[in-house]
Amino acid sequence: MNESIMDEKWYLMTPEFIVLLAAVIISLLDLFLPKKVNRLVLGWLSVLAVLAGGIVLLLFSGVDSASILYGTFQLDAFAKAFKLILMIGVLLILLMSMHKGEENGSENVRGEYFYLLLTALLGAMMLSSSGDLITLFVGLELLAVSSYILAGIKKDDIRSNEAALKYVVNGGISTAITLFGMSYLYGVTGTTNLAKMGEALSGVYDSGLQLLLGISFLLILVGLAFKTATVPFHMWVADVYEGAPAAVTAFLSAVSKTAGFILLLRLLAGIFAAAPSKGLTSVSMLTDMRMYIAALAAAAMIIGTLGALRQRNIKRMLAYSSIVHGGYLLGAVASLSIFMMDTIWFYLLTYTLMTIGTFVIIQWVIMQTKSNDISGFAGLYQRSPWTAGTLGILLLSLAGIPGTAGFIAKLKIIMSLLVQDNSLWWLAIIMIVATVVSYVYYFGIFIQVFFRKEEQILKDRLSFGGKLALCIAVAATVLFGILPNIPLDYFQHYFGS
Amino acid sequence: MNASYFLLILVFSPLVMLLLLLIVPKTERTFIQWFGMIGTLPSLLIALYGYSEVLHGSHLSDWSIKHSWIQFGNISYLQEQLFNIDFEMGANGLSMLMVLLTAVIASMAAIASFKIQKEWKGYTLLFFLLEAGMLGVFTSQNMILFFIFFEVTLIATFFLIGKWGGIARERASYAYLIYNGLGSAILLLVIVYLFVKTGTVNFEKLQFLLAGDGGEMASTISGVAKGWMLAAVLVAFGFKLPAFPLHRWMVKVHVEAPPSVVMLHSGVLLKMGAYGIIRFGLELFPDTFQKASVWILIAGVVNLLFGAFVAFVQTDLKKVLAYSSISHMGIVLLGLGAANEAGIQGAIFQTVSHGFISAFLFLLVGILVYRSNTTDIRKLGGLAKKMPKFSGFLLIAGLASLGLPGLSGFVSEFTAFLGVFEQWPIIGAVASLGVILTAVYVLKAVMDMSFGGLTPLKKTWFDLRKAEWVPAVCLTLMIVVMGVYPSIVSTAIQDSIQSILMGMGG
Repeated sequence: MNESIMDEKWYLMTPEFIVLLAAVIISLLDLFLPKKVNRLVLGWLSVLAVLAGGIVLLLFSGVDSASILYGTFQLDAFAKAFKLILMIGVLLILLMSMHKGEENGSENVRGEYFYLLLTALLGAMMLSSSGDLITLFVGLELLAVSSYILAGIKKDDIRSNEAALKYVVNGGISTAITLFGMSYLYGVTGTTNLAKMGEALSGVYDSGLQLLLGISFLLILVGLAFKTATVPFHMWVADVYEGAPAAVTAFLSAVSKTAGFILLLRLLAGIFAAAPSKGLTSVSMLTDMRMYIAALAAAAMIIGTLGALRQRNIKRMLAYSSIVHGGYLLGAVASLSIFMMDTIWFYLLTYTLMTIGTFVIIQWVIMQTKSNDISGFAGLYQRSPWTAGTLGILLLSLAGIPGTAGFIAKLKIIMSLLVQDNSLWWLAIIMIVATVVSYVYYFGIFIQVFFRKEEQILKDRLSFGGKLALCIAVAATVLFGILPNIPLDYFQHYFGS
Repeated sequence: MNASYFLLILVFSPLVMLLLLLIVPKTERTFIQWFGMIGTLPSLLIALYGYSEVLHGSHLSDWSIKHSWIQFGNISYLQEQLFNIDFEMGANGLSMLMVLLTAVIASMAAIASFKIQKEWKGYTLLFFLLEAGMLGVFTSQNMILFFIFFEVTLIATFFLIGKWGGIARERASYAYLIYNGLGSAILLLVIVYLFVKTGTVNFEKLQFLLAGDGGEMASTISGVAKGWMLAAVLVAFGFKLPAFPLHRWMVKVHVEAPPSVVMLHSGVLLKMGAYGIIRFGLELFPDTFQKASVWILIAGVVNLLFGAFVAFVQTDLKKVLAYSSISHMGIVLLGLGAANEAGIQGAIFQTVSHGFISAFLFLLVGILVYRSNTTDIRKLGGLAKKMPKFSGFLLIAGLASLGLPGLSGFVSEFTAFLGVFEQWPIIGAVASLGVILTAVYVLKAVMDMSFGGLTPLKKTWFDLRKAEWVPAVCLTLMIVVMGVYPSIVSTAIQDSIQSILMGMGG
């Protein structure tokens, strides 16, 4: 074969190219624009770039799956579906960052904030499209390194520094563990290509290799617990969420978690589902190992719930709640049901919308009260009934109350857990109990917002970008809660299979 | 006009009112209060019309809505119709009866809501939300829809208690949320389990499938699983009813919530527990229910006696009424546990009758609190002198509560006990003690307040006003009509009872 590099179908990477180009241009602009020019311009440029990338991605929804560069980059239904969530998430985060305040860094909004978000997005997008361990890892690290810097972007804030440091150290350890697990995979199969790896594994049922594969599976799973912010690598979550600026916290909570699950699905569900555990006819390795995933899910739900109950710091509370949500999602992975893919997709979509929406308001309150304590929300209803109302809807959705998208998402997970066999009924019960207990901390915020008297006077108005992000988040949360088939049909039609 | 529109207006007119109210500035106190009252009228009128249709023998089969709504999973490789949740609402005699109960009490509570002291707009918004939720619960034809409306009432009530309640309102609303949330969660597990096993959440289809005529699908649900599900349903709705040891939250709510909300709470929300046991328990698992009937009867007796004993020693009127509600819900359990025609009829009768009576009693509590700011029986006395009309109504409500013949309470207790004695005379005999105790504590409370030692009366203790007459008279009428002419209820529920008995093979 004599293919030149130009024969590749490069257009499949258009969304990535747009984001990459924007990141480059913005970093150059940031370098050369005079100091007095407001860096918010760069923010709006990023918004445009992500929007354009997203539109191209939507145009691709009907295109058949294809791969380029010897299968290292795939644009299949899976990649498209999950990239969409990533782009929506980053778009909302960019919108919520469009204000003049110190949340993005110092007094002046800083340019690197925006292009770091873009590079992080690029990493996550590569991750979801990669068909090779190498690209997978590079995507993962691009996302991770950008996130480390974002967590510490408030240079003068000691908490932000601490967050960044903790994030780097924990991230480094988890990366090492993941990589170690991946090396076993390479050792057993002799290839880094995920598709070939699957083929190689489907022929492997030698008992010695099973052990190695099992170790590899567990190492990767544990390493990924960091990215998905679940047990056992959850210790960093609360500290980093607390220290990082609210918009970055939203990013870590929504986009980073989504990326983690993309990786989990690509690697574990993609490869280990093909490997038979004992004989040729036996169940797959993944089915064999699902109890470990289920155990992690249960641990995440329990530890997260117990942690959230004790918090009075709103960001820490949401950090633990994010661990719980990670647990729910792991539960869906463990179920391995026919509903697994669309369940996880819908949950991540919903979770992205409602978390970022919540953080828009949290950011707004924190910027004015200069404190993370939930008492900062006292009397929000008096001051701004509409904001309080939208916060109410988003929190109800996080708690999984019917009428919101969060309910449908949870319902789908419980269905997934029970649909094929009943072996995970206990996980469904833990999930239900965790949900009920979660009412305590979510409704604790309600008590502040609706029942308590105003303590601090909030004067500033929500920025235009913040309002826009909030409107999108709330409208989608309500719409998807009442008519969940709008996104679900879309998923089934274009991405299902 | 197509009758399905009636159903839509019935359930969703409060929501439309809610949306309209959003644009009213919150300072317009009088307008909002009147709007809150008038907004409940469309539902009330349609409920009255619908119920009169039922009494004329109509089966309300055209009062139904069905739209395809949510599909789960990839349909292409599943059978068609599977894992679909349709938007299905409809009405039969039983649900129409509950709807009427809701609509009447909601209108009366809206009048009582004039006494709310602050934040009228927020209150009225939540009030409409609560009403829509309750009406939706009784007209849902599938479990998911039922659950959604069920949770809407939970959230609305949480805010109503927590914001407009008494001193310990936040604790009460938390207790309410957690206990009922737990109940809902258990219910959701049952719903999802049934859904994934049978592929449908429609009550009628499930009834058919679970009866064993459904072929393969139904056979995957074993008898043991049915037993567990029934137990879960009983616990879930036991929280709501409330059944003894799951009742603690309910006393707090009765004491702390504003009286107008308690009217709805004890009048309708608790009744969703009984309605749920009938729909999820009796109708879906008739055989299993029959096997469990002894336990349900025992739970009923415990509820009845426990509630009565504790009510007897209370000195606060609200607490007396709260424990009296627990005691009276014991009779519902007894009737259902008897699992025969008379028993079930009595249970439904008691559900409705107690709904009106307790709403009436809390209407009076609200009137009393407005004047005296206390419900401590020891501090009240000789009300008959200063407020003769009020005392008169209090006596009527009290007598209805203890089951005086001619009032609704008598019919329900009599029928329910008839059912129990038919099968379990000993349990019936023990339970009858409760009736005596009820007479004792109700009369004690009413007498102490009306004729007991005089307390220094203040000028603010004026007798009933015009606006207070309307709900008092309406509720009295309801109670008397049901007591004198019980077939006004029994006609409506005949079909439902027959279908339940058919399921039991009787």
